Amino acid sequence: MSVDTKTTTGEEVAPRPDLVTLTIDGTQVSVPKGTLIIRAAEMIGTAIPRFCDHPLLDPVGACRQCMVDIPDAGNGRGFPKPQASCTMPVAEGMVVNTQVTSPVAKKAQVGMLEFLLINHPLDCPICDKGGECPLQNQALSHGPGESRFTELKRTFPKPVSISAQILLDRERCVLCARCTRFSEQISGDPFIALVERGALQQVGSYEQDPYDSYFSGNVVQICPVGALTSAAYRFQARPFDLVSTTVTCEHCASGCELRADQRHHQVKRRLAGNNPAVNEEWSCDKGRFGFMYSRGEDRITRPLVRRDGVLQPASWPEAIDAAVHGLRAAAGSVGVQTGGRLTVENAYGYSRFARVVLGTNNIDFRSRPASAEEAEFLAARVAGGTLAGSVTYGDLESASRVVLVAFEPEDESPIVFLRLRKAVRQNRLQVTTLAPFASRGTEKLSATLVPVAPGGEVAALDTLTDIDAGTVLLVGERAATVPGLLSAVGALADSSGARLAWIPRRAGDMGAIEAGCLPGLLPGGRPVADASARVDVASHWGVASLPGEAGLGADEQFAAAADGSLKALVLAGVDPADLADPAAALAGLEAAEFVISIEQRLSAVTERANVVFPAALLEEQSGHFLNWEHRHGRVRIVNKNVPSPMTDLRILAALADAMGSTLGFRASKQAYADFAELGAWDGTRPAAPAHQAAAIGQGLVAAGWRELLDASQGNDYELALRATARPAVARVSPATADRLGLGEVATVSAGGVSTVLPLEVTPGMVDDVVWVPLNPGLGERLPVVPGAAVTVAAVSVDEGV
Amino acid sequence: MTDLLTPVLSAHWGEDKSWKLARYETNGGYRALRTALGMQPAEVVNLVKEANLRGRGGAGFPTGMKWSFVPQDNPNPKYLVVNADESEPGTCKDMPLMLATPHTLVEGVIISSYAINAHTAFIYCRGEVLHVIRRLQQAVREAYAAGYLGKNILGTGYDLDIIVHAGAGAYICGEETALLDSLEGRRGQPRLRPPFPAVAGLYASPTVINNVESIASVPAIIANGAAWFKKMGSEKSSGFTLYSLSGHVARPGQFEAPMGITMRQLLELSGGIREGHELKFFTPGGSSTPILTAEHLDLPLDYEGMAGAGTMLGTKALQVFDDTTSIVRTTLRFVEFYKHESCGKCTPCREGSWWLVQLLMKFEAGTAQEGDVDKLLDICDNIGGRSFCALADGAVACVTSAVKHFRSEFELGYHTPAWELFPYEKSALFAVQGEIR
Repeated sequence: MSVDTKTTTGEEVAPRPDLVTLTIDGTQVSVPKGTLIIRAAEMIGTAIPRFCDHPLLDPVGACRQCMVDIPDAGNGRGFPKPQASCTMPVAEGMVVNTQVTSPVAKKAQVGMLEFLLINHPLDCPICDKGGECPLQNQALSHGPGESRFTELKRTFPKPVSISAQILLDRERCVLCARCTRFSEQISGDPFIALVERGALQQVGSYEQDPYDSYFSGNVVQICPVGALTSAAYRFQARPFDLVSTTVTCEHCASGCELRADQRHHQVKRRLAGNNPAVNEEWSCDKGRFGFMYSRGEDRITRPLVRRDGVLQPASWPEAIDAAVHGLRAAAGSVGVQTGGRLTVENAYGYSRFARVVLGTNNIDFRSRPASAEEAEFLAARVAGGTLAGSVTYGDLESASRVVLVAFEPEDESPIVFLRLRKAVRQNRLQVTTLAPFASRGTEKLSATLVPVAPGGEVAALDTLTDIDAGTVLLVGERAATVPGLLSAVGALADSSGARLAWIPRRAGDMGAIEAGCLPGLLPGGRPVADASARVDVASHWGVASLPGEAGLGADEQFAAAADGSLKALVLAGVDPADLADPAAALAGLEAAEFVISIEQRLSAVTERANVVFPAALLEEQSGHFLNWEHRHGRVRIVNKNVPSPMTDLRILAALADAMGSTLGFRASKQAYADFAELGAWDGTRPAAPAHQAAAIGQGLVAAGWRELLDASQGNDYELALRATARPAVARVSPATADRLGLGEVATVSAGGVSTVLPLEVTPGMVDDVVWVPLNPGLGERLPVVPGAAVTVAAVSVDEGV
Repeated sequence: MTDLLTPVLSAHWGEDKSWKLARYETNGGYRALRTALGMQPAEVVNLVKEANLRGRGGAGFPTGMKWSFVPQDNPNPKYLVVNADESEPGTCKDMPLMLATPHTLVEGVIISSYAINAHTAFIYCRGEVLHVIRRLQQAVREAYAAGYLGKNILGTGYDLDIIVHAGAGAYICGEETALLDSLEGRRGQPRLRPPFPAVAGLYASPTVINNVESIASVPAIIANGAAWFKKMGSEKSSGFTLYSLSGHVARPGQFEAPMGITMRQLLELSGGIREGHELKFFTPGGSSTPILTAEHLDLPLDYEGMAGAGTMLGTKALQVFDDTTSIVRTTLRFVEFYKHESCGKCTPCREGSWWLVQLLMKFEAGTAQEGDVDKLLDICDNIGGRSFCALADGAVACVTSAVKHFRSEFELGYHTPAWELFPYEKSALFAVQGEIR
């Protein structure tokens, strides 16, 4: 039931003319018009058994389990036969008798369960669903107890895989069509459908094409029997042995609520949580299956200190001593980079550590292509925001138009994609995307493509018409690679009244901004350059003053380390390969006098670090992620039996203590309280950036984004998930392919690196652009930033690819 | 005796090249079209209403009333869809009609489309009957060439296209919403109602779906008037209709007679039960209508008469079974058909028909258990009225009516195989080679 937030006083209840009053099992109940009987019954506490019914899917009425008796349909006439309560809306004066009061309904339901079980293998003891199975549960609560069926059951070979991750056991299937409706209605990937007829009807997939969807795991979760299982969780646990914890996903800024189920202190699976405001009941496959990344040999469980050029295990005191020695030697010439994986508490710890303990504003979370314009944009339009003032999922649903700028929602924030698709399907939302070609996601949103080359977005924004207060502009983090774009988007929002939201890619990004992990920003969006803002924070932190000079961003830190002007680096969750210039980052790391790495797994940074501290995994700590709408999503401890690592916060607190200073907190709860108490800046915000667009270069330029199932470490060690990634391809327009004489395979080169990729000539694509996935999950990676110059050459297939 | 017959639809079936346009025109064809196009569409609807033409597909819904449900203020195009997916066991009236005089249907389609303001009409024909589809296509082609179809028909400014669409062999596509899904290129499975086809049918637009015989009856009504039509038949079931006799009768075939003729009269017309045998039971309107026995021979074969006997007029497909027939085996064959044709969408039909077949096989083999007749009836009770569409209701109707009339024969299935009680060769219409037991 929805809560009417407009009713502020308790004196009078706002009249609800849209309510319909009916009688269910003798109890009167008033429900909104259009409510289905099955849900009206829930409101008086009667659960009518059901299989095909799902509140987020269109009604189908296939399983016939929810039969009820309707002696009066509201017009004085009743139905002679029982009716499916999942397809029939309520009517004023209707009388409904469920299984509780009607022997007819009861018999219909018992008979239906008997039918559903006649061809079911009853292999519950070896079924993953056993123990949490709606068929099992409802057979016990509403079934006949004993079957009269002694004849032959229908059998199928089992299981068949419909993708690398999803397996189908057709014998267990009750043909409720939840999975096929999900794939068609929710995610828009109709690669599975019901085929054949009669008792041989079954879920089928194409012979050549697997069930290719970023959201395939949801069908396992909504399957009311054990017909659909995941390769990842098959035979891993019994539901009743699992301990469940509600967490927030660490993979992207969508901010999904997930349920992590652990057994023997090991997470066995994750399920989509039920958060109607965010992910409803869905999750993407990365969030669902991508939790194995800490299971490799490369997990760090104790501190490492470099002795005689070799990293060697060390005790915590020894490592802390070594780190403090290095930091003291650097005497404030330190850069801090915090990556995208941190909870807001941890990020807040780094922010305070840099300012108070190290005395520097050299802190940046952006271990990716970034720009000064972006920092100004974030300071002016994003930082210091709150959920109440931000665009939300609900706003996306009610918007009349959404414009996507340098943002590919299906890949870069999949739950935003699902919500957009829902709005397109249910509210006729118009989506416009500024992109080089119409991606699959674009097609699924029925979006209008404004074809632009990277850099062309600024000019394209000017061509948009009908941007008004009902419009939402969604701009992705890739906008930082286009000079003038963030300025132009902001200006468009100001001039048109459209609402604007910036959607970063990583889960920790929004928290890092609010925690002040930027060279020009203190927590809560307080500008470093503003003396009163500095005083505000200094007094909250109990220190005399905070450094006032602007700090160095991530790229600048590596450059300064390379030229010797920056002595030490403290890095957490940074992969040099993610930066615009990976070689420069590695050079900076090599050249830095002292590097501290606070990390979960061995990496290119730990390889070059002087001291490595093992950081706790997300499942081992509590905290919060701030999603793109500034919503605080809670992270709870899933696994209490931690081998040894400490959280980033505790490591920082220990370092601060050893430095003779103090961080002010060591536990996540304390940090969150401190952060919340400081709150958002209520002073003047810095001016919005007004950068000019750069001239678009001549020749071929690269376009690309990171796909959801990419080669990032978050997907590591989950082989079935990685196998469902989209194979890397290069895309060019037909005209470009013709002009360059390209065939089926091409060599794409940028910055002296070449990769050979299958070529997909993409109709409707903007000319003179080569699109490549930036970090493909399957196939070779071309290190390139969107907008960079590239070359493409044909490869004849017999050259041997 | 033959004066009982009223050949209208079948009047010219026997003539040379009856399916050709020239022959049809010689017999007065397409005159009714000219009359209709001179009327207002609403007048045509009213005339058909007045004639009380009831749907010949089985349900008997008044055709004119169905037409008047089409919301003419709906901005979407209106469609007429002719259900020519005749495929129920025993039913064989539309196929001979379309084979012999397809222009009757084409003319009816044009008049009916005009009445509901449709500019595109579809004839959804069962896919297996290729020869019928060819006749239809040829007739439509001739009608286009003669200016009865296409733009500005007969200079009246009315446009109509007819598309003959072949189904792919599924009985369920005779269910009107499954037919629409199939016609749209999807898998034929019934749709959730509401919305009803009259409001949102084909391509979510107002759609009228009529049986072949209903539409083919329209030209005669236009030509001769409502009073002429109502003079035939009974009070509530007006007009002439095609009765199809098959099975153990001397001369099976189509008999066009006024509504309300009795089975006894039809049997006399067809030469009676085959020599030396007696009637055991018959279906009034195809396999999905509850069976009747000799005690029902004098009931009028119209909608009311059949409803009064607890059955349905259906498609007037009178399958006649004599005393050599095993009711158990017949019921099994019927149910096997429904099991094969169940689309699989809903549980009771899909699973129930699977179960019924296996249970009936036990009765046939004489291996059923004491009490299995009650189990059979209970399973039927759990299927009937619980399923998504009416297919399963038809599947259980033959079982429950068979048990009602011949319960003791089913009980023999507890110990004696049906083939011992009723040697199957004896019910074959034609002599079987080899030994007859």
